[in-house]
Amino acid sequence: MADLRCTIAGIESINPFWLASAPPTDKKYNVERAFAAGWGGVVWKTLGVDPPVVNVSSRYGVHKDLDRGIIGINNIELISDRPLEVNLREIEQVRKNWPDRIIIGSMMAPVEKELWQELAIKIANSGVHGIELNLGCPHGMCERGMGSAIGQVPELVENTTRWVREVVDIPVFTKLTPNTTDILLPAEAALKGGAHAVALINTVNSITSVDLDAMAPTPTVDGKGTHGGYCGSAVKPIALHMVAEIARTAETQGLDISAIGGITTWRDAAEFIALGANALQVCTAAMLYGFKIIEDLNEGLSDFMDAKGYKSIEDFRGKALPNTVNWNDLNMNYDLKAKIDNDKCIECGRCHIVCEDTSHQAIIIETTDAGREFTVIDAECVGCNLCQHVCPVPDCITMEPVDNGLPYVTWPNHPKNVTRVAE
Amino acid sequence: MGERLVHSQGGGKLSAREIADNFSDLHPPLNAQQVHVEASRCLFCYDAPCVTACPTAIDIPKFIRQIATENVTGAAKTILSANIMGGTCARACPTEILCEEKCVLNTGELRPIEIGALQRRAVDHLMDTATVHPFVRAAPTGKTIGVIGAGPAGLACAHELALRGHNVTVYEAKPKAGGLNEYGLAAYKMADDFAAKEVEFILGIGGIDIKNGQALGRNFSLGDLQEKHGAVFIGIGVTNPRALGIEGEELDGVSNALDFIEAIRQAGDLSKLNPGNDVVIIGGGNTAIDAAVQAKRLGAENVTLAYRRGPSQMGATEWEQDLAATNGVVIKHWVSPLAILGEGRAQSVEFECMRLVDGVLTGSLDRLYVNADRVYKAVGQTLVSDDLTGLKIEHGKIVVDAYGLTSRPGVYAGGDCIKSGEDLTVQAVADGKKSAQAIHAMLEA
Repeated sequence: MADLRCTIAGIESINPFWLASAPPTDKKYNVERAFAAGWGGVVWKTLGVDPPVVNVSSRYGVHKDLDRGIIGINNIELISDRPLEVNLREIEQVRKNWPDRIIIGSMMAPVEKELWQELAIKIANSGVHGIELNLGCPHGMCERGMGSAIGQVPELVENTTRWVREVVDIPVFTKLTPNTTDILLPAEAALKGGAHAVALINTVNSITSVDLDAMAPTPTVDGKGTHGGYCGSAVKPIALHMVAEIARTAETQGLDISAIGGITTWRDAAEFIALGANALQVCTAAMLYGFKIIEDLNEGLSDFMDAKGYKSIEDFRGKALPNTVNWNDLNMNYDLKAKIDNDKCIECGRCHIVCEDTSHQAIIIETTDAGREFTVIDAECVGCNLCQHVCPVPDCITMEPVDNGLPYVTWPNHPKNVTRVAE
Repeated sequence: MGERLVHSQGGGKLSAREIADNFSDLHPPLNAQQVHVEASRCLFCYDAPCVTACPTAIDIPKFIRQIATENVTGAAKTILSANIMGGTCARACPTEILCEEKCVLNTGELRPIEIGALQRRAVDHLMDTATVHPFVRAAPTGKTIGVIGAGPAGLACAHELALRGHNVTVYEAKPKAGGLNEYGLAAYKMADDFAAKEVEFILGIGGIDIKNGQALGRNFSLGDLQEKHGAVFIGIGVTNPRALGIEGEELDGVSNALDFIEAIRQAGDLSKLNPGNDVVIIGGGNTAIDAAVQAKRLGAENVTLAYRRGPSQMGATEWEQDLAATNGVVIKHWVSPLAILGEGRAQSVEFECMRLVDGVLTGSLDRLYVNADRVYKAVGQTLVSDDLTGLKIEHGKIVVDAYGLTSRPGVYAGGDCIKSGEDLTVQAVADGKKSAQAIHAMLEA
């Protein structure tokens, strides 16, 4: 079994899987169940300045695909609605009960230095391994000047990070909101403020659905709804991009990354690590299936690493970054053609109709006594992959590179680029 | 109660409750979760093979997607706009040789989509919840059409014509409409009086008047109808049961399988029917299976289905043959009846053992005797053609063109009385609808 231990911001964890700051980490009971199940750490649900907030009912909306699988959850729950002291005493107790597990204290406060610093000190004194600054919640708290209202202003990101750094001697994670045009700006601000790591992404601002009977957004609270924070596998692509941008940009490379965003399977986890994540946070998958998924996450990641010969997380961390480039660095001469294996084909015609209706009219049907045969017209195929994606049969459509003998040519150097610098 | 039955044991009679259980839905409707799982399996094929396999060309991928997107009423409209008897077809169609046989998931997942069950879900939903008929009639044309026979072909034709604004009079010999849906299908396929409910639903469009107890030849002639109506459609089916032509056919206890099925379908109390102890069914089609399985489910101790050829030549689908076997029916292949033996009452049947010699069915000196206090004949029916004046008939069927037009101008025909395809409800519906469209075109010309 591969070594799943990881280090982030100087904190060593038995595995890279922590539960993110959210309902699953709201109290001792849940957190101890998570540790018993095998999770490496938790980021305790965000603590605020007393008096605690009051939450509403209902709190979650979901986005389903046509197979009725939940691909995303949206929540309008606020931060911990239990008194600060209760939370801190529970954190102390769990730290004592589970000495090999990580607890990070998540916090937010109105933009006043004293409030941030007083709260950070109290949390640090409970024995947490680090503090995470919640600058991301896009609902409720932002209307009170906290959460994403701070995370969307780089100057405030920098200030709050610095305020906390000034008063505690444990690692500081700045949690970023994706509800911004360029993730590098708050990431750079966090680095300037002294953050040891960034945690991203927080939830995406969203309305998951509209109840067409009540004519109100869901979740619906007494006939009304509001925008909330979207998470789950649907946001994974957004998170992967933002993590990659921070990891591959020179100005932000000094930051460790605690990657969050729709991690559901070991494969998702490996992808984030390949794009530079030092550790991972999971929430929605646990909320959909319970804590037991940690077994598949741990074992799947380990089996993958064994199969590839990676002995530790560091062996493959960031390994996909050199291949994550700008569009202008892609090879314009690379040519792919779809190839259909008619022995595997079940004749559903999906490849044909998507190509015919929405792409390049490159797949023809020939009807014979034996049935329908689908063939790619190479001259029309642009190698877009759409047919392969919609084909329901594993490995029936493959994408085959054309050996055209042409050199690697990027757009800036391409003959058809009229703005190309003359050689 | 599904595909398994409660057996009679040691000759003891089944209780009324056990019989009622045996005659409830053969396939109970899918529950909500099953519907969602099944609908989401559909690949939404392009130019889908299942549609091509359906005589009424129901847009199956479309209606399944409508179920998946929770527009179940819309799904029903998609089905019914192609086939107004989508409810019966969902229950009685041999989908295993039609749409479901062609489903590409037979290859991909080794199991087709349960198209019939999904269709039932959609149509039942509409029939249970709709307060008005889903289709609106065109403005009245003032034209009338006479339809002979209120079976699937006649009713499908009548509905399509009514939809287009014509008024239709349906002349039906029997006391109830529905044809074989009402009288000739196994009761467990049409539980809860579905045939009658469907007729009522079809008539809901308006403009269709059914006159029961009106038989061609006895009450009117083709000429009479042509004088009254702008066009005539014949959907009289094939109603003359074939005889075996063997000794003992007149004995008590010998009757037609269709009469047995009709008695079951029309019985108020199934426990009052006496199925006999030793039942022999002669024939190899779906009617033979329907009779055999129902005899068993009524409590008959020994039920033997005798067919003169092998399993692959049987008219009954493999699925139906399996159903019979599951229900404890003994199927004897390669036996041909020689005589029904008994004094006044049938006691046994003497069979000649058959075999294929160079592809020719050949007899032998080997004999098989099967005890029988009931013998049901299911060797097919023939067309009653006495009163089809001026109509060309070939191979026992009315000759029609591609639109169902007979050799007599203005007279169309469809369903089992013509040679159009399999003798199935779905084919009859397709025939009736197609002729209705031709009649409409003729009347509007």
